Amino acid sequence: MLQIRIHGRGGQGVVSAAEMLSLAAFAQGRHAQAFPSFGSERSGAPVVAFCRIAEHDIRLREPILEPDVLIVQDPTLLHQVDVFQGLKPDGWVLINSRHDFAALGLAEIEQRHRRERLATVPATEIALRQLGRPLPNAALLGGFAALTGLIALDAVAHAIACKFSGKLADANAAAAAEAYRFVRREMEDLAHDPAD
Amino acid sequence: MIRQIEGSRAVAEAVALCRPEVICAYPISPQTHIVEGLGELVKSGTLAPCEFINVESEFAAMSVAIGASAAGARAYTATASQGLLFMAEAVYNASGLGLPIVMTVANRAIGAPINIWNDHSDSMSQRDCGWIQLFAAHNQEALDLHIQAFRLAEELSMPVMVCMDGFILTHAFEQVDMPAQAQVDAFLPPYEPRQLLDVDEPVSIGAMVGPEAFMEVRYLAHAKQLQALQRIPQLAEEFQRCFGRNTCGLLRGYHLADADTVVVALGSVLGTLRETVDELRRDGRRIGVLGITSFRPFPLAAVREALQGAQRVVVLEKSFSVGLGGVVSTDVRLALSGLSLRGCTVVAGLGGRAITRASLTRMLLEALADKLPPLSFLDLDWRIVNRQLEREAQMRRSGPTAENLLRDVGTVASKVN
Repeated sequence: MLQIRIHGRGGQGVVSAAEMLSLAAFAQGRHAQAFPSFGSERSGAPVVAFCRIAEHDIRLREPILEPDVLIVQDPTLLHQVDVFQGLKPDGWVLINSRHDFAALGLAEIEQRHRRERLATVPATEIALRQLGRPLPNAALLGGFAALTGLIALDAVAHAIACKFSGKLADANAAAAAEAYRFVRREMEDLAHDPAD
Repeated sequence: MIRQIEGSRAVAEAVALCRPEVICAYPISPQTHIVEGLGELVKSGTLAPCEFINVESEFAAMSVAIGASAAGARAYTATASQGLLFMAEAVYNASGLGLPIVMTVANRAIGAPINIWNDHSDSMSQRDCGWIQLFAAHNQEALDLHIQAFRLAEELSMPVMVCMDGFILTHAFEQVDMPAQAQVDAFLPPYEPRQLLDVDEPVSIGAMVGPEAFMEVRYLAHAKQLQALQRIPQLAEEFQRCFGRNTCGLLRGYHLADADTVVVALGSVLGTLRETVDELRRDGRRIGVLGITSFRPFPLAAVREALQGAQRVVVLEKSFSVGLGGVVSTDVRLALSGLSLRGCTVVAGLGGRAITRASLTRMLLEALADKLPPLSFLDLDWRIVNRQLEREAQMRRSGPTAENLLRDVGTVASKVN
């Protein structure tokens, strides 16, 4: 079972991101369970949402305490919330930022985890370009698909189309695709120059 | 059709497939998404004919449902927490009058202190109101129980509450198999009322009844609940024939055959419990789980039969009778009277406190070692409890309890859960 925890702030589509992830996994024939952290959400307050993906029926209902994947929608949370709590040693981390881990003050995380499983992507900038609004969730799901290879970009696009319609769906799908290409490039660069 | 949807949406669509003619709605978390979904289905014409009535309160919601049901309409509403308390007087009236209303309770704690998260305090507060109370363990079961609820309610002419854990189920996206309209129509015939406000054949409903017949009217409500004990398993079987899905009827056992320790629970925690028990069984520990679906009527005989082979019974419940202990436990003990076994009550998950596998494992290992006290509170923070007790012992004006404890806990924004 793959367990994903998404951190962000109220208004950034954190809960929708987990829901879309579950829709994408379902579209690929998997079982998936998405749920919010049940807070009384206020705009800007820290929000957590969860998604489990498995080949079988999911019975577990506890919050995700030991995630395989962390998605951080808002880098300002990094030094306010212990987002890395319980992260598995071989886990994936995707952060919405145009800076790298070292510049974000996360050199220690970089050392403790597999470098090829860590990525940053400027999802807010991509969203502003594609949607005209700072909603990074769809872009980050594109980045997630590229980083982990666990979900196809097509499935992400399908999930976006379940949640949004018309121009908004197209713009979000474009944001996901752009973030996908960005993270793929980042990973290819790393593969060519692993010492960096 | 198998779909990946939110629990609230699944319930809204299942209710719509039951063709309710009147829906009374008043929003309260975590139930709101259900009636919002139904509102959309009525507005779009998908659910027709149906009158969707935005009422001014929960008291009005149940009162309008009573009126609609008495006028021969299939009536539905949903609520939670303080909303259920506010409608309480009308809740008793609906069952007292024998009107087959179906209501979803998206289980949530009751204040004060105000808390929007899940536990079972709200529906348990209406334990004795005369409604049938069914508890769903997951979203497929919530969906399936609603379809059975209308059939059961109308056959018996008694209202049915379908209880599902707020947020944990209502806000969870997971896959459900949504039946087709024709399947539901084949299972659920049109509503044929036992009593009807009809201008052509006038009757009065709601007479004042004095000492000469009040007890008999109340007994007849009990007699209907006893009939429900027979009908619930029969309807579950018929449901399985129509829909191909096994819903559990009154209760559902898990690894009971060889279990010397059995955990009894209601609702969504059953999933996490089964996961926990599977792990413990891999280490050779003979633990089973008994999930109770029908809390009212309470299946005394079936519970006794399921538990009589055990040496230890742990009732894990999200409800708490202050000054006594467990609520479900009291009924389970009654079912076990005369049997010699060790019984423990574990109050857990109040106000949305997460119930984790780690905590359940720790608690169950204590139970297996016969170290679990008769009443315990899973993951209770004794540090802040004792600090407040000390404060109260030391000074008269110790201040408001909740605010003191929040100060002691400190900021929670930095915690993951």
